[in-house]
Amino acid sequence: MASTRDIKKRKASIQSTQQITKAMKLVSTVKLQHARGRAERSRSYFDCMYSTVQSILEKTKGVRHPYLDGNDSPRKAVLAITSNRGLAGGYNSNIVKLITKGELAKEELDIYAIGTKGRDALARVGYQIRKSYPDLGETPSYTEAMVLTELLLESYAAGEVGEIYLAYTAFKNTVTHEARLIRLLPVEPAKEQEKGAVALMNFEPEETEALNLLIPKYLSSLIYGGLLESVASENGARMQAMDSATSNAQDMIQNLELLYNRARQGAITTELTEIIAGAEALN
Amino acid sequence: MEKFRLQIITPERVFFDQDVEMVEFNTTEGEIGVYARHIPLTVIIKPGILTIRMENNEAKEAALHAGFVEILPDQVTILAEIVEWPEEIDEARAEAALERARARLASHTPETDIARAETALMRAMARITVIK
Repeated sequence: MASTRDIKKRKASIQSTQQITKAMKLVSTVKLQHARGRAERSRSYFDCMYSTVQSILEKTKGVRHPYLDGNDSPRKAVLAITSNRGLAGGYNSNIVKLITKGELAKEELDIYAIGTKGRDALARVGYQIRKSYPDLGETPSYTEAMVLTELLLESYAAGEVGEIYLAYTAFKNTVTHEARLIRLLPVEPAKEQEKGAVALMNFEPEETEALNLLIPKYLSSLIYGGLLESVASENGARMQAMDSATSNAQDMIQNLELLYNRARQGAITTELTEIIAGAEALN
Repeated sequence: MEKFRLQIITPERVFFDQDVEMVEFNTTEGEIGVYARHIPLTVIIKPGILTIRMENNEAKEAALHAGFVEILPDQVTILAEIVEWPEEIDEARAEAALERARARLASHTPETDIARAETALMRAMARITVIK
């Protein structure tokens, strides 16, 4: 059996780890609330954008447009949103898994990595990293999303990539987050639904021209939404991970406490037996 | 006068949400003013001044730079990528941007992206006009 001193030392070390995980949990809780508010505030913008784009797509059915038809390039760009820091449960590895286990062939992919964790993990398994944005992480702004969109559209227009995907973590609620891979370009019209309601809308400039101007805005809003949701998910995932780490530490501390008490009692018993034995020997 | 609901939404916040009598702004096809019962129309915004007219001749102005507008008979939704109230505009910065854009247009080297410089110029002018 370990000595009382060893047990005490180990207990102290676990206790200090627990303090760290507890603090990290509190920090990510606050950050989560913040990020969640931002994600929710951007949602009405996105919803409105989505319905307008769908209605324009409905009207331009059959029109040939590079944003709808794609180009001939076999390469595909994936914008992968991960974090710069770990200790967030499966947050980063889920995104990486989504890309590596998905249907997209490794050789055809150009990764645009936001956040270093995903970049490093993908580079390790041999993916080609086209661009890396390590500083976008914590508080993404709409302007940054616009810059990203512009860059992606440029390489799309130049025929360097034929398809553009976005890999992000959708924030459903505090405990459920889901890694998702969606196609940004060519744009996919929604499945058959709420028709008729949109038929009355007029466009100025006419539809194809409007499509040219609207699609980039649509992509920016998708990317911006993806960034915000990913930040919220990251903090949610970290909060959960740190919560279970804290309670695991609590369990370990309790076990060690029992062990320590038993060891101490054992030592006292031994001492007593020795004293009594000594006293009897005197008689 | 008949009123309609005007909503101005940016990616970061709801900028404006109230009943108004008329709204004016600049689009790719020219400046337009919208009253209630307009036909359904979607237009793309060009940098310019947004004027909101409310009851009792009350008017508000803002600099509207990018986005698009969805007009319905009883509601107008402006999805603005960038929109600012006059008090949010940094005058010195706008003046500097105006100078820069002018210089870029005047220099006329083959590398200048004319379209971009023009947008920057219009943006700076909209900002300055709104403040004054």
